Parts: sequence; structure tokens; C-alpha cells
Amino acid sequence: MGPSRWHVDKPLLYALLLLAAISLAIVYSASAKNESITIAHFVRMALGFMVLIAIAQMRPELIERAAPWLFGLGLLLLVAVLGVGAVSKGAQRWLGLGGLRFQPSEIMKIGVPLVLAWYFARGGLPPSWPRIAIALIITLVPAALIAKQPDLGTALLVVASGLFVLFLAGLPKAYIVGALALAAAAAPLFWSRLHGYQRNRVLTLFDPQADPLGTGYHTIQSVIALGSGGFYGKGWLNSTQAHLEFLPESSTDFIFAVFGEEFGLVGILLAIVLYGFIAARALLIAFYAQDSFSRLLAGGIALEFFIQFFVNIGMVSGVLPVVGVPLPMMSYGGSSIITLLAGFGMLMSIQTHRKIVEF
Amino acid sequence: MLNIPLKDYLRETRIFNTRLGWAAIGVLVFTAILLARIVYLQVFDYRHYATLSQANRVKPVPVPPARGLILDRNGVVLAQNFPVYTLEIVPEQVDDMGELIADLSKLVRVTDGDQESFRKLRRERPRFESLALRSYLSEEEAARIAVRLPFLNGTELRARLQRHYPLGGLAVPALGYVSRISEQDLDRIDKTEYRGLQHIGKLGLESTYEGLLMGRVGVEKVEINAHGRSLRALERIAPTAGRNLHLHLDAKAQAVAEQALGNRRGAVVAIEPATGAVLVFASTPTYDANAFVNGIDQPSYSALIENPDKPLINRALNGQYAPGSTIKAFFGLADLEAGNSIDMNRQVFCDGSYNLPGSAHQFRDWKRGGHGAVTLHEAIVQSCDIYFYRLAVALGPERIKNFLAPFGFGLATGVDLPGESSGLLPSPEWKRARGQPWYPGDTVAIGIGQGLLLATPLQLASAIATVANRGARMQPLLLRAHSDARDGSQTALKPTTLDLVPVKDSRHWERLTQDLIDVVHSARGTARAIGANAPYRIAGKTGTAQVKSIAQGARYEEKETPERFRDHALFIAFAPAEEPKVAIAVIVENGGHGSSVAAPIARKVLDQIILGAPAAPGSIAVRPALAPTADQEE
Repeated sequence: MGPSRWHVDKPLLYALLLLAAISLAIVYSASAKNESITIAHFVRMALGFMVLIAIAQMRPELIERAAPWLFGLGLLLLVAVLGVGAVSKGAQRWLGLGGLRFQPSEIMKIGVPLVLAWYFARGGLPPSWPRIAIALIITLVPAALIAKQPDLGTALLVVASGLFVLFLAGLPKAYIVGALALAAAAAPLFWSRLHGYQRNRVLTLFDPQADPLGTGYHTIQSVIALGSGGFYGKGWLNSTQAHLEFLPESSTDFIFAVFGEEFGLVGILLAIVLYGFIAARALLIAFYAQDSFSRLLAGGIALEFFIQFFVNIGMVSGVLPVVGVPLPMMSYGGSSIITLLAGFGMLMSIQTHRKIVEF
Repeated sequence: MLNIPLKDYLRETRIFNTRLGWAAIGVLVFTAILLARIVYLQVFDYRHYATLSQANRVKPVPVPPARGLILDRNGVVLAQNFPVYTLEIVPEQVDDMGELIADLSKLVRVTDGDQESFRKLRRERPRFESLALRSYLSEEEAARIAVRLPFLNGTELRARLQRHYPLGGLAVPALGYVSRISEQDLDRIDKTEYRGLQHIGKLGLESTYEGLLMGRVGVEKVEINAHGRSLRALERIAPTAGRNLHLHLDAKAQAVAEQALGNRRGAVVAIEPATGAVLVFASTPTYDANAFVNGIDQPSYSALIENPDKPLINRALNGQYAPGSTIKAFFGLADLEAGNSIDMNRQVFCDGSYNLPGSAHQFRDWKRGGHGAVTLHEAIVQSCDIYFYRLAVALGPERIKNFLAPFGFGLATGVDLPGESSGLLPSPEWKRARGQPWYPGDTVAIGIGQGLLLATPLQLASAIATVANRGARMQPLLLRAHSDARDGSQTALKPTTLDLVPVKDSRHWERLTQDLIDVVHSARGTARAIGANAPYRIAGKTGTAQVKSIAQGARYEEKETPERFRDHALFIAFAPAEEPKVAIAVIVENGGHGSSVAAPIARKVLDQIILGAPAAPGSIAVRPALAPTADQEE
């Protein structure tokens, strides 16, 4: 272990802090210099980093032991939230705990990869088919509960996180090919079960002009923001798309469009390098990890982080439908920053508690 | 450190690393796709998008619709929209801001806080934008400004519609209220549908029928210049106003009920038996819903929360009470139906106390010394407890449950209000599921509506309405119809039957009704005081539900009992008995006796509904509350 008494992975920490700083600057701009929003964002970030440091100090064995309990707790809270939701009609995702509010579905974004890594570590890799079936159930039950809230975006993310761990655990290729074929076949069925507005979001992807003031509006305005940023951008606080209020959700889901408009390709390249660095560092930690639990968990967290980045930027740049996934470490609001940084805390714990033995 | 064979470990490492490699390739490929797309947008298509951004001159501005009105059965407006005036200033059109604000301060009150938030807006917003200096001007203030507007450069007076409940606290338990859209609301609503709207139905009918009331947001396409200044409106898709709700509720009867309850904690629910129409839905103490529309201030909210009378609790919907002796009305029918358990004219001797076989515990009658030999008729009229203890034991918990269920006990009525409580119809299984055994004493207590049995005032009203309707339980509904705000075309809701109480002999209904009439109109009836001068006949049953159990051998003395431990007073009834137009349930928490406290309240409400006039001298007027004003300076 290094000379430092603190268990932190410095490259990862610095990259995350840099992103957090960029995020604060851009939230300030996108919220039209709203100080209270910026301060709230700062407080959440600070809280997130405290959680990260705290978790990084724990031994991975401790995290491993806590995995099934955390998952169980998350599942219980999800059921509780549905119970409360049933009473008050309409969607309910929040649980109030003595003044604090949080979304139990956020726990599952980390809980599912955690419990799957724990499960697969208790049996050889690659997993046998009954174990694969159980893993799928572990993934799909919370996902279904979250989808019922309804929060389709988070539900799909939870499914993705489960599938990533399955993939890393060595899910046989035949299964992957089969699943892809099945998904292609089931697509029309899935399509018919979508809500009207969900379908519209997909359709407008191909022709945003079809409904320029309705569902296509977000995409059109966000692509204009990005495109008009050009090479060097319009400069900080100069996003006309956000400030003239053409761009909706400018400090949450579409914050990257504001970033691209103000800092141009140069800024975006920097951002992508940063995100890429973080993803690469996380994958490297997975590579260096020495037991199955640590590997699967680290790999799962790394890929889940990346998929959120990919889906958000794909949505903002108009190559994916508008699905309401925030940009990790950048978007304002939600309890997602805390979960995200908790995940990175686990990565650091894995990285800094490695045994010295090398093979 | 690893207790698996090295060979397996190496194999697993190989599998994982291969997969990790694939994942890394995936990350690279997908990042490349994004990068390519962005380079394409920002480099190759830059001119195109820069032009679009420059030419982005047509901005869709949402035009909020007017929310639907809520009217009572006679067209009395219960919820409406009220223009609220805001005083705004466009900084760039003002030569001397200090002077202007000083001038305005002479016309309307401008506090330091107002000026502070205005200065903050000026720092944050462009100079050409209209910024609020003061909100919620009173009509008079608005008029004072309006007259001088031509001489005030850069000053604007904006009117916006805001929800207003003209009768203040009247019928809040039914109406609910709208309030500002909160973060939690944003989570579940489709934001595009709420563009330009600031309020959403939070409770009551405002919440249940949000979809009908809210209307559809319109869009105005406004041309703006490069600095964001609006130049002109190009095109307008008009908003569609929300639909108006026409309730069954009778505002006058509601006012009578609320005033009759006064400051006491209680509830009144009145239902039209044949249709399930809810005519009165009162819970007291009440509070002014208008305070919640723009977010209630912390001191007022704390006062409501900390008020020991808990005004925010909807007692009619969520108050779960022991029905007390009112349950005897239903057990009377059970007795007739069972026939064999206690013969029609058989008498039970009531000596004032009842013991379960082999138990020393005494279940007492409310009347010391008892009622002597009583028939079912006498037992109902005089509310003899001993008769019903014996009946309950004879029936047993299963039959009791099966008998009471079709009256709606233990089941939410499904009224069109959110968050209804379901009361409790206990059974041995229910208690076993909670790890407790069913004691014979539990059965005895249910016989007089005590113990585990709980019902909401709404359930009690619905249950007695079912008796009035000869066993057909109708779905209680507040909404009668909704109409288009523009052409007035109405869509009416149809009454639906929820359940039919099966009876062996339909004459049992007549006999039960006669028993209940005698409760009010016979010389020994417990509610004879309200029957004495009634121009129509009432069939009812009083109830006095015990709050605190009385020790064996001790006596309950109302005057010596702290108020919170005094009995709840209940009364359920329907009238006119021969052709029921209304069924009613009244409860007054810690009110004492059903006969002396709850029944007179019911009488006043029945008079208002049936005779169209309040019983007591001094008319109870439905008087509009004052419009909300930000300050009372005069």
C-alpha cells in the first residue's frame, strides 16, 4: 500500500473533482446564474465526495458482506414506495425519511451489480445456466418494481447494469447471440406496449421536424445548441439557446448541450477525454482486481457509468431518443450523484486494498 | 488467501480479462460514434446551426388555460379563478429607477424585501425583461396603479389567474386545493402538459379530477430579436379551458353542517340513498384552503400542524371510529335474518350486566340496573347493550363479518377522493394474521360497536344509506357531471350499485325501519328529543362510543373525565323514513352522548336538505369569504 494513510485512488479522484468543478460552472450558467441552485448542487457534490471517501476506506470484504443486505434493503424500500404510491395515486418514487428525501431506485443502480458480483463470486465462472437464470431474476425483479413507479429510464439502467455483470462473468456467447435475436423478435411487441408519448420520442428521432413544438422540440433545440457552439464555443455564460430559454431542461438532462454551445468542440474534447479517462481507469481497476467479486463489481460500475454517459450524450446530440437519463457528474439534481460517487468509492476501495501478491 | 484451486483461478482470470477487453473495445467504439457525431455537428455543420441559432427567433411561449370551476348542485361556485395583479418594471425603459420606485411606493406598499428581490432580479435578468416588483396587489392597489400607468414609464401591471375558493374553508375536505407544483409532482407529471402552469391539484376533488380541470396548454409563437426581446406574436394555438365540475354537494347544507359542528372535532356526511350522491361532506375544525394555493407560510402551517384539534385531518374520509351503538341498526337486521338465533318476539332479560360463560368479566349496559325484559324492537329503541352482547355471541364472529361486509364495513367506499381509509371489519383470521388469538370478548364488544370494529363517517353514512335503499349499496360520488367551459355541454356520471345486501324476507327492511323510526319518534327512543317537532319522520340510531375503557366496577362520569377521554357522540339516520331522500352520519369526537350532541346536528342538516331551511332561528348564509389581499393597510 502507498505511503498515504487514506485509501483513495488519486488519478480517479482528481478526474472526478475536475468534472465536478466543470459541472458547477455549467450549472451556474445553465440555471441563468441562479445562486441557490448552484449552491444546492455544490452541497450535493460535497456530500457525494464525503460518501466516496468514506466507502473507499472500507475493505472490499466488508462491502462484499454487505452486498446482499443492501440489495434486500433496496428491494424492501422499493416495495414500500409502491405501497405509498398506491395510496396517493400517480407515480411515487420518493421516500421521506425525517425530512430527507431519496429515491430507493437509486440504491438499485448500485445494489444490482453489487449483489450479482457477490452471487457470481460464490461459484465458478462462467456461470451455469440455472445461475444465469437466478441472476436474471435478481436483475428483473427490482427493474420491474422501478418500471412500475413508473421510471422507465432508471429501470432500463438497472437492467443494463445487471447484464454488464453477466457479460463480464463470462455469459456464454450462444446466450448473447440468442438474447439479441430474441430482443429483435420482441421489438414489435415492446413497441406496441409503449405509451403514446414514449413512441413519439422514438419517432421524432428520425424526423424531429414532424413535431417541432412537441416531442421534437428538445432534440431540435439541443442539436442547434451543440452545432452552433462550433470549434471554440460562444464562451462561458453566453449560451443563447439556454438563456433565451429555447432549450428546455438546460441544467438537468440537457446540460451537455449548454456545455457544447459555450465551450465548443475544444471543451467537448476535454470532457470526453475526462469521461474516457474515468471509464478507462475504472476498467483498469477491474483488470488489476484480484478476486471475482472485486473484478465483477468494478467492471460493472465502470460500464454502468459509461452507458449513462453514452445514452445522455447520444440523446443530446440527437442519435438516441429522449429518455431522461442525466449526464453523470454533470447534470443538476437527483440523488444520482451520491450513488454514482458511492460506486466510485467502491472502486477506490478495491484498488487501494489489493493484496501485494501478483501472479 | 484464495481457497479455490490455482487452475480455476487462472481460468476465471482469463475469462474475465477477455470479457473486459471486449468491454473496453465497446467503450472505444461507442465513444468514437459520439465524437464523430459531435465533430460533424460542430465542424461540418457549424455554419448551418450557427445560422439556425441566430435565426432562432420564433419562440413557443406556453399560454396557460383557465382551470375548470367547481360548482355545487345549485350552481354555487366553490372554486374559481381570480385575477392576481403583479406590478412589473422593464429596467431599460426607466430613466431614474430610484425615483420611479419612490413614486410607486406612494401608491402601493413596497417593502424592503420586495426591493431586495427586485435588485436581485435586475442583476440576473436582461434589461429589456419585465421584472416583478410587487405581487398580489389588491384590487384597489391595482386600480390606483392602473389610473397612473400612462405617467409611469416602464411600469406594467400584469394580471394572472389564480385559484380561489370564494367560500374559504367551506367543503375543503371534499374540494381539497391546488398548490404550487413541487419537485415530487414534477417527477410524475408530463412536464410538457404543464408548461406555463404553476399549480396542480393536491388534495380532494382538485386532485382526483386534475385531468378534467387542468385543460390544455396553448402555444403562442412569439418572434424575438437576438437579445430575446419579444417583437410580435406570430401564431397562436389557443388553450383549452379545463372542464367545469358540477357536484352533488349542497353548499347550503354543507354550511349548516359545518356551523352546527362549530369548533368541535367532528364530521358529517350526507348521502342520497337512491343514487349515492354525496350531499354533505364536512370535517371540522376546518381551515382556509386559499392559504395553501401559493404555499402556506411556515408559522401558519406550524399552527395548523400543532393545533391539538388537528384541522388538517380529513375526519370524514380518514377518521376511523368505533361505530358504537349505531351498529345496532345493522345487527337488528342480522337478528331478524337469523330468526332462529333470537325469536322475533322473544325477550331477553337485561339486568344491566353480561358475563361470558365461565368468565368473571362483566360487560355492562349503559343503563345501570338494565332495561328489564326487552324485545328486539325495545332493544334498538332504548339501545340496550345486553341484548346485543347476547346476539353477537349467538351469531359468532364469522357470521357477523359476512353480514356486515355487504354494507361496506372494512372496505373503502371508492368515493372520488384520494387517500380514503378503509376502516376495519375484524375477524379471527385478521387477528391471527397479527399473531393474536381471537377472544370471545372480542365478539361481545363488536355487538355494541366497540372493540376492534372501526368505520369512517363516510362508511357509516353509506351503510345507513344502504338500509334506506333496501339493501342496494350505491357508489358514493361527489361529482354529478362535468361540462365544457365554452358550450356548456354536460357529461353526467351514472349512479352505480356496489353491492346488494341479501335478505331472506324483504319485510325485514320495513321492520328495521320501524324500529329506527321509533328511536326518534317514540316516547322511550334515545333520539326522541329531535323527533318531537319534526315535520317529517326520521329513522335513526344514536351511538356513544367509549374512548377510554372503564375499570371493572368503576363508573363513567362525564364531568370528571378529561375532555380527550370523553365518549364520541354518533348518530346515523335517514329521512323522510317513508321515502328516504337523505342518509346521514354525524360524529362529534369526545362530544359525549349521541342523543344530545350528534342527533341535533343531524336534524339541522336534514331540515336544510329536506325543508330547504335551517332548523334554528337565525339563517345560516353562504357568504363569500374576502378575496385574498396581500396587505390590509386600511
